[in-house]
Amino acid sequence: MIQRDTKKDFPIFGKWKSKGKPLIYLDSAATTQKPQEVIAALDEYYENYNANVHRGAYELSQIATDMYEEARAKVASFINSARPESIVFTRNATESLNLVAYAWGLNNLHEGDEVILSDMEHHSNLVPWHIISRHTGAVLKFIRMSSDYRLDLQSLKDNLGPKTKMVSVVHVSNVLGTINPVKEICRMAHEAGALAMVDGAQSAPHMPVDVRDIGCDFYALSGHKMCGPTGIGALYAKHELLEKMDPFLGGGEMINEVFPTTSNYARPPYKFEAGTPNIAGAVGLKAAISYLEKIGMQNVEDHEIELGDYAEKRLADVDGIRIFRPETTGTGVISFTVEGVHPHDISTILDAEGIAIRAGHHCAQPLMRKLQVQSTARASFYLYNDKSDVEALAAALEKGIAIFRPKKKAAPEQTVRDAR
Amino acid sequence: MSLNDLFTEIILDHYQHPHNHGLIPNATYSSRGYNESCGDDIQVSVIVRDGVITDAKFSGAGCSISQASASIMTDLVKGKTIEEAKRLAARFYEMVKGTENDYGEEMGDAISMQGVSKFPVRVKCATLGWHTLEEAFAKGDNKE
Repeated sequence: MIQRDTKKDFPIFGKWKSKGKPLIYLDSAATTQKPQEVIAALDEYYENYNANVHRGAYELSQIATDMYEEARAKVASFINSARPESIVFTRNATESLNLVAYAWGLNNLHEGDEVILSDMEHHSNLVPWHIISRHTGAVLKFIRMSSDYRLDLQSLKDNLGPKTKMVSVVHVSNVLGTINPVKEICRMAHEAGALAMVDGAQSAPHMPVDVRDIGCDFYALSGHKMCGPTGIGALYAKHELLEKMDPFLGGGEMINEVFPTTSNYARPPYKFEAGTPNIAGAVGLKAAISYLEKIGMQNVEDHEIELGDYAEKRLADVDGIRIFRPETTGTGVISFTVEGVHPHDISTILDAEGIAIRAGHHCAQPLMRKLQVQSTARASFYLYNDKSDVEALAAALEKGIAIFRPKKKAAPEQTVRDAR
Repeated sequence: MSLNDLFTEIILDHYQHPHNHGLIPNATYSSRGYNESCGDDIQVSVIVRDGVITDAKFSGAGCSISQASASIMTDLVKGKTIEEAKRLAARFYEMVKGTENDYGEEMGDAISMQGVSKFPVRVKCATLGWHTLEEAFAKGDNKE
């Protein structure tokens, strides 16, 4: 466990009071809170160094450019990319995934080609492929989830074939917390001659990530889920792939020469960064990574798994609870339902005690249908949470659901809506 | 604001023992309503004869507030004209948004939903059934 009181590093925990109660923030899988160092980095940039990047032939612009490029190098080293030029700044993991689906998919997928996804994908790794498959005629296939909330690699094996062009899977499920064996998945994809993409939105913030060890061709991450500002994310891609790919968006910054009817493009990663980028966001992300590195990503992972295990044990006693978490390879994400109490009502019950959790389908409707629930409640832990937060969660849950219990008669069973 | 202001006994009773739960096969008006953010999903169907609502049912799944509200609504609108039902809907929206007024007897059990106004994020749960009913009227007679 992280022993230091890291809540002190995050101003919001000293400021926000909900109904007079301190904030117990258990929604870090949605977005994390920001440490003082990140907030200060944004201020420092705007107060002292604000200028556009890569074009001003003046000192201030050069400094802003250096700061932006240092941020790129920081992201590269954080996930062990061989070179900074493999990092494309985007708005978030969603945009990174879309970039690949469009810039790679539109030119490389043809009628009958196959893209393999999985049963536990976030909508951000589903909907872009729906769009691209409509344009190209490519077929989507799915790695099945087994009853222990893990991906069944046999079903990947069964799906892989000569038509497979891409395997794109989530590293850590935002609903179940399952850590998927992405290294093995990438190896299998490559053996079949396909490319492999990993959605790292829920892994980069929570564990050491080494893209070269994983062996993926593409890896997507979001800054705001790892203590950074909103609006900044990154795509890691093998550089030779970026060189061959068409741009995603066109505009300034991404060109080499422009004529009235044609243009040619800058080298990657700039080819994929049209328009003025989120410079301050990149600077803030660099500060966030520095903060995380100070704590140590292995410590962050160990801390969260310990909290997740503790929460699973503690919540198991709650009347009517059902927890959706793999027995092993779980993280600090706990999805659950309580019989007779809708997840949305659970969220309101906990909010009354100043506890923030997420209730809903978590942008994973196909997974909800697999789990045969309409929605779940989800508590997700981060480095600033501790066991007292788990205790508060359990106590508030027990107190709140008692409101629904006195009559002891059956509530209408929650069922899957399949007619949508 | 306390949780008991929101999860009143009447609301919990309607949630746990919903009235008029089901689908009317040959409904005069019907529609489906969905709260994207939380997944509440409701189907409302009514029979109208000579301008009067003679039967009303709802089905679907969702939180206590959306389900109880639909249960209460289907009780309330039976025997009312479409215009009266729409007027009740308007009164209900005012009430759950916190507009001060005397909401008296015509609101029936819906009066128990006054506390929703103190929980702004739950207002759309309370209004889902009513909006779906209005949507059904707006879509027009199924037989037309």
